[in-house]
Amino acid sequence: MLLQAKEVTHYFGGLCAVSNFNLDLEPHELVGIIGPNGAGKTTVFNLITGVYKASKGSIKIDGVELVGKTPNQITALGIARTFQNIRLFKDLSVLDNVRIANYSQTKYNPIEALFHFGRYDTEEKRMAEHAMDLLAVFKLQDYADEASKNLPYGLQRRLEIARALATNPKILLLDEPAAGMNPNEIGQLMDFIGWIRKEFDLTIILIEHQMRLVMGICERLKVLDFGATLAEGLPKEIQNNPKVMEAYLGEGGDL
Amino acid sequence: MTIQPSSIKNWIERLRALWEKIVSNRKLLPVLLVVGLVFSFAIPQFGLLNQYVVLIMIYVGINIILSTSLNLINGYMGEFSVGHAGFMAVGAYVSAILTTKVIPANLAPWLFPLVVIAGGVGAALIGVLVAVPSFKTRGDYLAIVTLAFLMIVKSVIENIEAIGGPRGIPGVTLLTTLPWTFIWVVVTVWVIRNFVYSNFGRGVLSIREDEIASDLMSVNSRQVKMLAFVISSFFAGVAGALFAHVLQFISPRVFDIIKSTDILIMVYLGGIGSIAGSILGAVIFTILLEVLRPLGMWRMVLMPLVLVILMIYRPQGIMGLREFRWFVPGYDLFASKIWRKKKEAKDASAS
Amino acid sequence: MTYIFQQVLNALQLGSIYALIALGYTMVYGILTMINFAHGDLFMLGAFFCFLAATFLHLPFIPTLLIAMIGVAIVGVLIERFAYKPLRKAPRVSAIITALGVGIFLENFTLVFAPYPQSVPTLIKNTTWVVGGVSISSLQLIIIALSIILMVLLDFVVRKTMVGMAMRAISWDKSIVPLMGIPVDLVISATFALGTSLGGAAGVMYALAFPVIDPYMGILIGWKAFIAAVVGGIGNIRGAMIGGFILGGVEILVAAFLPSTYRDFVAFTLLLVLLIFRPYGILGKPRPQKV
Repeated sequence: MLLQAKEVTHYFGGLCAVSNFNLDLEPHELVGIIGPNGAGKTTVFNLITGVYKASKGSIKIDGVELVGKTPNQITALGIARTFQNIRLFKDLSVLDNVRIANYSQTKYNPIEALFHFGRYDTEEKRMAEHAMDLLAVFKLQDYADEASKNLPYGLQRRLEIARALATNPKILLLDEPAAGMNPNEIGQLMDFIGWIRKEFDLTIILIEHQMRLVMGICERLKVLDFGATLAEGLPKEIQNNPKVMEAYLGEGGDL
Repeated sequence: MTIQPSSIKNWIERLRALWEKIVSNRKLLPVLLVVGLVFSFAIPQFGLLNQYVVLIMIYVGINIILSTSLNLINGYMGEFSVGHAGFMAVGAYVSAILTTKVIPANLAPWLFPLVVIAGGVGAALIGVLVAVPSFKTRGDYLAIVTLAFLMIVKSVIENIEAIGGPRGIPGVTLLTTLPWTFIWVVVTVWVIRNFVYSNFGRGVLSIREDEIASDLMSVNSRQVKMLAFVISSFFAGVAGALFAHVLQFISPRVFDIIKSTDILIMVYLGGIGSIAGSILGAVIFTILLEVLRPLGMWRMVLMPLVLVILMIYRPQGIMGLREFRWFVPGYDLFASKIWRKKKEAKDASAS
Repeated sequence: MTYIFQQVLNALQLGSIYALIALGYTMVYGILTMINFAHGDLFMLGAFFCFLAATFLHLPFIPTLLIAMIGVAIVGVLIERFAYKPLRKAPRVSAIITALGVGIFLENFTLVFAPYPQSVPTLIKNTTWVVGGVSISSLQLIIIALSIILMVLLDFVVRKTMVGMAMRAISWDKSIVPLMGIPVDLVISATFALGTSLGGAAGVMYALAFPVIDPYMGILIGWKAFIAAVVGGIGNIRGAMIGGFILGGVEILVAAFLPSTYRDFVAFTLLLVLLIFRPYGILGKPRPQKV
């Protein structure tokens, strides 16, 4: 089992944001987390990646406990993510955005960097080339020197994913990747996610509101509402689950 | 003969073309550095410029070291440290104590580089202390921490009678020469530039942009912050050591908030996040201060006015965030071009 | 025991002055998220206006106080209008550097006209009573009382008037407020006028308590008051008052029991420690970050 979250619970002051969240994630799975706004989905991501330290419970990757580790340690262990609101390094170039994600894999130490000897030169050239190769995979190589804030929205989203992949993760957390996309783009996104999953050997957890995307590519779903897990199972089952429909649409709605 | 606007434009174009030609030839840089070093020896040796000018040049050099090192914290990392004069003070005192009380006078000139390094190391150790609060606090609160630290350093020095207390240390030997200043300026700029264009330096930038995202992209923000503070304070200490041995006298009063403010102005004047900017800022600030000296007291009325006007019309400073080409490593500046050429070559050989 | 009461009185006096200055910092920060580093020099101007009014116009206390407060308020509004307003959209540090520049300008401009320290004529007959071994001066009481009155007035304005409400609204969300028909620029000017006039009042009181003034007197006091504002939680008005009194108390306490050269050192270290345990100040709240 790649990732195991057991009885994860988190409080903000007196408010319970996530209660008793459990997840057993096998390699190469594509799991979706859905639920109304404010259900705690992004909080789960924040707990997994260490932005918050879970009040209770444990999260393990390959048996290594994550709760209590700093975000950069967790990322170095193989978990990367994108954000609901794009959080690129706006004033930095596209190339730099990707190169920074290589931080934990930098093969020279500060002394070598300061005095420009040893592995510094070769490693810098290698990282630049590696980053450009990655950008090329995402068809972003022509924007390499452009400030990332100047990119059109769709390309910024793509860059965020490229940057996350530059950390060499085993697990990729995508937070509402389809936000702001039209049906055509969503179709492309579905193919895209399927492709990177194969190409980069990834296990993916997806938060999304767009049902077409969720139903289309997720192998199984968890539904959250008010921090608690409302239902879980195959997409087809969830689709017909009356509790889920009520949570999203109130009584008497249609998914 | 009247001067036509078109001929002025012509001249500007020619100058610009000449500048382009010079600047695009990177190999000129080492040549210029050697020439600079030679001149730094020749000028005082043969009296090519009068002593006063040489002194100003030394102060310019010291200020370049100060502004470039502060730029690491305030510019690249986006913090607001007002404590830089405190690190300078540590370097000044450590080095002055070494040369006045520990090292015999005849050995001092030979050991001067080590003395300066010792000043830097002393300051860097204090830098470690200041770095720790930066792990959790940011912004205005960190500004307070650096301010408090500055006050504390000053107070501590004032209270230690063994090193002169509030009266300071007089009679420091004049060991800072133009060549030494030149060498240290080059070392400072080189090391800081190496740091900034490494992945650690990019880590600093990413913390400025978005610390949480940076953490999540595997950047070890504690390591990066520690590195930035240590390097920045080390060179402030170096500047302090050089300063002590040219002023030939140090006292806690010299290293107060006004000194820190001066350094801040140099950094923001030149442009944060730009090494060339810090150099420019230091040069302009120091020289302007001297040039306006005949104005007497009105000098310090005019200077801030100029500064305010500059900030209003160009808030990003003279260089903004742009960097001078020679400071950017070749493989970095041309990274994408080199990659494309390689790819074309690969595609060409494959077909 | 009497020694302690004495020091408490001194602390209250110093603390009220710090509090008044800190309020100016916090109000401007609350509304513009900028640190007006020229504020300490506006405090100095208050002292100098007091000096001018008392020496050349021979005015008694109350008119002098009012002239100083109004004079400083006018200068404050002018500074905001010409130096800070153009930088509202610029990076924050540019505004800070501009503020530093304005401060240096004020210091040296005053220096040109007053190259030597000036002494302020006595405006308040200072009678001292000895109560139970503690000597209380009427000046101390007036300073403390006046400061409290001003702070209560400010609190009232901020909490109970339309202007105050507008100020608080702007400090929470600057972009929405103009859409509600509130003249943002006017409110900002009013904030500056209020905040700086308090600093000016502090200058007058300081000049009366320590009658020798010089153009650089505002620098250290300004930075200290800034620390007080941050310790109380920058942007928080009640916090600034608390911070000012804490700083005054700590300073007097330290000076009372330790050699005077330790005063700044211990005071700043204690403040630092306080910030370590309450990183956002006593009443401050971190702006929540959504990830």
